[in-house]
Amino acid sequence: MSKEILPGTPLSSEEFEKSITIEEHPTLEYRWDDGIAIGRYLKELKEGRIIARTCCGCNRTMLPPRMFCELCYRPTDEWAFVEDTGVVNTFCVTRVNWDASRRGPDEPPLIPAVVEIDGASKGMGILHLLGEVDPKKVKIGMRVKAVWKPKAQREGKITDIKYFKPY
Amino acid sequence: MGLRKVACVGAGITKFVRRAKETGRELAWEAAKMALDNAGMTLADIDCVVIGSAPDAFDGVHMKGEYLADGSGGFCKPVMRHFVGGGTGVFSPIHAWQHIASGKFETCLVVTEEKMSSCFPAPAGAFITIFDHTTEQPLGPTLIWIFALEMNRYMQRYGLTEADIAKVSVQNKFNAIDHPAAQLPGKITVKDVLNSEVLAWPVKRLDISPASDGAAAIVLTSEHKARRITDKPVWVSGVGWALDTAYWATRDLYYPQYVEKAARMAYEMAGIREPDKEIHIAEPYDPFDYKMLHHMEGLLLCKRGEAAKLVADGVTARTGRLPCCPSGGALGVGNPIAATGLMKIIELFLQLRGEAGKRQVPGDPRIGVAQAWGDLMQVGTVVVMSR
Ligand SMILES: [Zn+2]
Repeated sequence: MSKEILPGTPLSSEEFEKSITIEEHPTLEYRWDDGIAIGRYLKELKEGRIIARTCCGCNRTMLPPRMFCELCYRPTDEWAFVEDTGVVNTFCVTRVNWDASRRGPDEPPLIPAVVEIDGASKGMGILHLLGEVDPKKVKIGMRVKAVWKPKAQREGKITDIKYFKPY
Repeated sequence: MGLRKVACVGAGITKFVRRAKETGRELAWEAAKMALDNAGMTLADIDCVVIGSAPDAFDGVHMKGEYLADGSGGFCKPVMRHFVGGGTGVFSPIHAWQHIASGKFETCLVVTEEKMSSCFPAPAGAFITIFDHTTEQPLGPTLIWIFALEMNRYMQRYGLTEADIAKVSVQNKFNAIDHPAAQLPGKITVKDVLNSEVLAWPVKRLDISPASDGAAAIVLTSEHKARRITDKPVWVSGVGWALDTAYWATRDLYYPQYVEKAARMAYEMAGIREPDKEIHIAEPYDPFDYKMLHHMEGLLLCKRGEAAKLVADGVTARTGRLPCCPSGGALGVGNPIAATGLMKIIELFLQLRGEAGKRQVPGDPRIGVAQAWGDLMQVGTVVVMSR
């Protein structure tokens, strides 16, 4: 290329920190619709059940449920309850929150996992958290079961399942 | 196919830094002007401009294509901005290739820019909205979680250790010592990686590329233009791209099927039947050390599960049989998302012209492949270049 020394002016850490911050706090909030498929999924979570959707084109029982099959590109066919148990497909152990802040020293680490739910097609996993387990003892392939919030506290959210624990 | 041949005739790049004083526009201008100068062209020679830049949420600048257009030489020209997350930088030359191969334009200035440092307290926070708003966001996920999930699944599937994977970080940061744009070059050891802060086990700080500011640009032209501009055109001989489902938890993360799809598309166009034997040099996307391995497998450069052994045996070193990330990669040069992919394309351009200086791979390489990956771990973008 045409230049020996490339353009670009790195700022020092000091300059980085003392940069002028223009704060804006626009009042913006989003009110997302839950949709036909996920709407029903959430309604069933409130009842303490997990519901999937079947497609007779590819014979999959799909989780999370969806009203169309992305493989067959046709409408899905039926609702089907699946178990609240499953297998850990993969997991990690972390103190990092969504905004890159760290959990406090007194808080236990989080154990996010992909859980393949029993009754759904092989590989149909969902993201959730593991609990009531020593992070060092978690294994891929471990069987786990949902720990639900008490009925009165359930709101029709994915967090109506507190976490999955070994069983 | 009725498609015209497309050549790369010039390249420009800024330093990749933690925080640049320059605005995104100024970075784009520096890289784009350098690419034009390198090709011996002026803006008047450019028919159209394509701009690659990743999420607007990084800069807090909406309509970033429009914002960057002036600095990218787009004034009163046909300008198009594209975005496929981390896959953007290798999609950029594909987008430009479409413009020229179709016969619509003779020349295209390709500009990629990213300024991640503007986002406080950390650019990672800008990623919360890529997760499903109803079924995932309430769990508080961040990107590093899913990379850790993927790395763990990959390690478990093939019985790999954290040390096997750390070797990639050691190699790429070492390679970056010779790259003039590099942000985090250095001689580190496997032990350094293993002892660095655990962010989301098994991912540690030194397994990860840094957040960066930077820009990169190239000029693509039709064949007859290229022949007049240079006696060393580098051809865009294969392009491929594929997008997997956003239901990322419902596919097994150990293998990037979408990368294989994209690679097969690019190899077919380039007439490559045995990529592991025919490709001389590779720039797989390496935002994390395990990703280089994952992507070598998706690119069919080795059998599944065998990439780590190639690194351990020195096959992927700059002097090895199949150099991977001779640039220093995202791990060593830095990772201003869209500009990283184009940095890899520029590395192939320089290597295939024999102009990579201290980084030059021996053996007169003639065919290279570059790849990037992104969105919700679902896009593969692949370009084969040859001379
Ligand atoms: Zn189907």
